[in-house]
Amino acid sequence: MELAWVLGTPLFGAIVLAVFGARRSAAELNVVISLATLIAAAALVLRIIGQGSMTVAHEQFFVDPFNVFLIALTALIGFTTAVFSRPYMRIEQDHGRLNAHRLRLYHSMYQLFMAAMLVALSTNNMGLLWVAMEAATLSTVLLVSLYRTRASIEAAWKYFILCGVGIALALFGTILLYFAAERLLGGEGMRALLWTHLNAVKGQLDPTVIGLAFVFLLVGYGTKVGLAPLHNWLPDAHAEGPTPVSAVLSGLLLNVAMYAVVRCKILAVGAMHSALPGRMLMAFGLFSTVLAAFLLWRQRDIKRLFGYSSIEHMGIITFAFGMGGPLANFAALLHMTVHSLTKSAIFFAAGHASQIAGTQRIDGIRGLLTVSPTVGWGLMLGSLAILGTPPFGVFTSEYMVLITAMRDHPWATPLLLVALAVAFAAIFFKVQPMVFGETDAQRLPHPPALVPVFVHLSIVLMLGLYIPPALAQWYRLAASLIG
Amino acid sequence: MMPPLNLVTQLLHVLAAGLLMISFSMLAQRRTRRLIVLLAWQGVVLTASTLLVAVTAHLQHLYYSAALTLIEKVWLMPWILLRLMRRLGIEGDSDPLVNIPTLMLVGLGLVIFAFGLAQPISSLATTVTRQTLGIAMAVILLAFLMMIARHKAVTQVIGFLAMENGLFFAATSTTYGMPMVVELGIALDLLVGVFIFGIFFFQIREQFDSLDLHQLEALKED
Repeated sequence: MELAWVLGTPLFGAIVLAVFGARRSAAELNVVISLATLIAAAALVLRIIGQGSMTVAHEQFFVDPFNVFLIALTALIGFTTAVFSRPYMRIEQDHGRLNAHRLRLYHSMYQLFMAAMLVALSTNNMGLLWVAMEAATLSTVLLVSLYRTRASIEAAWKYFILCGVGIALALFGTILLYFAAERLLGGEGMRALLWTHLNAVKGQLDPTVIGLAFVFLLVGYGTKVGLAPLHNWLPDAHAEGPTPVSAVLSGLLLNVAMYAVVRCKILAVGAMHSALPGRMLMAFGLFSTVLAAFLLWRQRDIKRLFGYSSIEHMGIITFAFGMGGPLANFAALLHMTVHSLTKSAIFFAAGHASQIAGTQRIDGIRGLLTVSPTVGWGLMLGSLAILGTPPFGVFTSEYMVLITAMRDHPWATPLLLVALAVAFAAIFFKVQPMVFGETDAQRLPHPPALVPVFVHLSIVLMLGLYIPPALAQWYRLAASLIG
Repeated sequence: MMPPLNLVTQLLHVLAAGLLMISFSMLAQRRTRRLIVLLAWQGVVLTASTLLVAVTAHLQHLYYSAALTLIEKVWLMPWILLRLMRRLGIEGDSDPLVNIPTLMLVGLGLVIFAFGLAQPISSLATTVTRQTLGIAMAVILLAFLMMIARHKAVTQVIGFLAMENGLFFAATSTTYGMPMVVELGIALDLLVGVFIFGIFFFQIREQFDSLDLHQLEALKED
């Protein structure tokens, strides 16, 4: 029942906003719908804590501690982003970059995107997972090109083609998975595509077919995670789309794609009885982390900079899931949480920063503290948090990843440390002059909604200092499910 | 010594071979209009092979699937694409392809690779169509090659759709197709995708005055 509300609210919202999205009050409506989704998600969490995992609607949907945590996170950031987007999009409209007609598209697609991600997270059917992932791409493609500038159209086209090809490979992987399972579970009904059934018989699935299927699924969904060398679309899409879209792409879509990869990995490990799937994740993750850290140096656009930072962090998460085991999985789940919260907070601050400066170029943004101290501090603290400075939560999870790596795979530790150090230096030296320094920029016409920034950062700070026992228990449970 | 193949299997093999032939002609086809026609022919072959499997294996859902293919891939998609081209006034457009012989040789290599990859899986399958999995994979890879070799927005989309045709063929040849709900979802996503491509053509044209993707190379790693 709660799940129906979680999925139904944004879907209903998409339809309502498709009709009323051009009105002045549409931004408020967007906030209200996102809040309703969040409340429904909270109810779902309470239910799962009380009753444990459940399947609904003829087993088509399945909620366990692993995905309910991501559902809650998605609903939360969906809501805070809607709060942020209200003044942000108004300022964009005042600057003449958008009109009411495009805002209607934006509001409607925003809710559709939320619905697609929530379906992808909660479905039990590997085929539906694919359909929902593709729907999430399709709903955001037109948002990336919302400004209709040359650069934004190019970014959207790249996003569409690369993710389209990636997701086609994932479809082939799904077909192979279905093929392997059909021989055990039969083609009647849809049991051979249901994750819970697949998980029950994973030990008997044919290792050759599953191995091949996993390669396709990893490369396919990995494209959407932004794993190198298939990461090209990510910085472009983040830089050229409107900032709320960058925030949800980075904070949420990457997580959802990661979730799909992890679900596939659980099956692959069970079927192949080997560490190979984990090793593949580790290799992709490490490569992305190192490559992104070095590419950070060359960025001149503030949103591209943090786009590359997302690739780096998704690499760390992939690496941690690849190592496996309770501690690494715990660290990966924690890192997913803190990365989403911190990165979306940074995008909120960066969005307003570029509105103040009138440009996204890093050397054009100066002296944020004098114009708007909240934006300046938001950007500074957010950057410090994402760079893994104690006492923020990112430090905790990165530390856990590092000690697990040191224990199980010592060779990877120096690479990770170098990448983290390089990323630290690159981002710190680029952010510092943007926050401090002199400027003659003007204040914004509408007061920016920076409450979300500080709410996110305080949660991240709290997770770094103290994880409530109930939450820790929950993470542990989810980590043990991943294996 | 292989056992003699029955008539249905032989027919399926002929159709699969036809699909591969069409893929190769698409690789070498310069004219965009002809490419769309070839894409529609791929749809025809897919419909025929799905129907044939449906009749021999007595599978209800494959009839629906064949009908869906006929409507979507033979009629709707090519129709939308042709209409778009007429609206954009690029009906007679052609793509300057350098070095078709090399492209063909690379294509041949891909086919051999696909068969090698499909070997262990085909030997496990029990469907009448199992030997055609290699061809399905070859069609996917050739479509990939086509997307890489082309620089026009429309031809990239055609390559994308050809790849989806290969995926569909792979699904029917290994497992008698995916469950209906999933197949409907895929068809819907694809349809929406083509509509968005259409919107894009206009946006690209409006901003760049051409659909040549060479111009879309401003965003670089810097």
